Amino acid sequence: MTQLAPDKEIVINGLWKDNPIFRQVLGICSTLAVTNVVLNTAVMCTSLTLVTAASCLTVSLLRHWTPRNIRMMVQTLIIAFYVIIVDLILKAYWPEMSNQLGPYVGLIITNCIIMGRCEAFAGSNPPVSSFWDGLFSGLGYSLILLGISVMRELLGMGTVLGFAMPYFSNPDYWDKWIIMVMPPGAFFALACMIWLCRSIKPKEVKK
Amino acid sequence: MNSFGYEIWLAMVTCFAAVFTQNILLTTFLGMCPFTSVSREVKTAAGLGGAVVFVMTCTTAINYWAYKLLIYLDLEFFRFILFIIIIAAFVQFVEMVIDRYSPKLYQSLGIFLPLITVNCAILGASLFMVIREYHFIQTIGYGFGAGLGWMLAILAMAGIRTRLNESRVPEGLRGPGITLIIAGLMALAFIGFTGVLS
Repeated sequence: MTQLAPDKEIVINGLWKDNPIFRQVLGICSTLAVTNVVLNTAVMCTSLTLVTAASCLTVSLLRHWTPRNIRMMVQTLIIAFYVIIVDLILKAYWPEMSNQLGPYVGLIITNCIIMGRCEAFAGSNPPVSSFWDGLFSGLGYSLILLGISVMRELLGMGTVLGFAMPYFSNPDYWDKWIIMVMPPGAFFALACMIWLCRSIKPKEVKK
Repeated sequence: MNSFGYEIWLAMVTCFAAVFTQNILLTTFLGMCPFTSVSREVKTAAGLGGAVVFVMTCTTAINYWAYKLLIYLDLEFFRFILFIIIIAAFVQFVEMVIDRYSPKLYQSLGIFLPLITVNCAILGASLFMVIREYHFIQTIGYGFGAGLGWMLAILAMAGIRTRLNESRVPEGLRGPGITLIIAGLMALAFIGFTGVLS
């Protein structure tokens, strides 16, 4: 019997317990650079989540036919295939966004999370649960990055999704932290995020 | 100034920019995974850095011509797959050559080579080369500079982290957290170079 609904454990693991970012610190390369604006991050995270879910599904479907020693190559090609689809869709329907994201859409291919999930989970599990696993890992990843991007855009420009925020956009109350929009801001924001999440964790264990 | 001399000059400027003002790690965040995991010791960081410089210079040069071929065939969307395959094949090839002719070098460099295939910085350099429309000589300068910049950053980080062992870091910030904070400070320092080229 295959169940279609996601397992509760997979959801919790993907979103929190094994969260790709603050548990494993993987795959931040391709997405961190676009976290200075919330909209870009949202598009990037959506593409990443879709690619992760789809490639986990495919890898899992093909797992019995893939020879062990070339599986890395096969996985890379599957991921690249989906990334190309996403890239073409963006180019066709949202050229401005495609320009802004620049090479980062292509860099989803080398994002370690996708490879990690394919290798660790999809390679040895049935398709449906692999799909959910990929989806929720992607969502867990997106959650953190969206948090970072909201923090950066709010502190750095006083806006969220381009809308001015009441307190932060008023120059009388709030001096914009330009540093948050620049590259160092991303490092600091991510470090704070990891710190925050890791500090919350031990309390939960004690309960 | 003749045109070839000008090309060389451009390549040198691009190389300098790639090392300092547009450092591939500190301004575009590429190659973060090995950066946080392999930066514990200066020696291993130097080994990995050297391998990255070499592979990046060669693969961007090869990918330049590969992309030219794709444009000719009108198959540009195919570039992700082609670049990845070229990088993987090149790394494998280099690994075999080193293993055959210089076992000593293989021992110090060889273990890092497989890691490089999944290093986003390598693919990123090729993609940037395409987007910024570099010429061939400029591409070589860029590939070399980007690799050098990455090596510089990871070496500095490894040096700092060995000192970090003796300092007291807050519980939740240990490991990756503090590494990122230091990377942020380094990025801040590198912003100082921004005005050098204009």
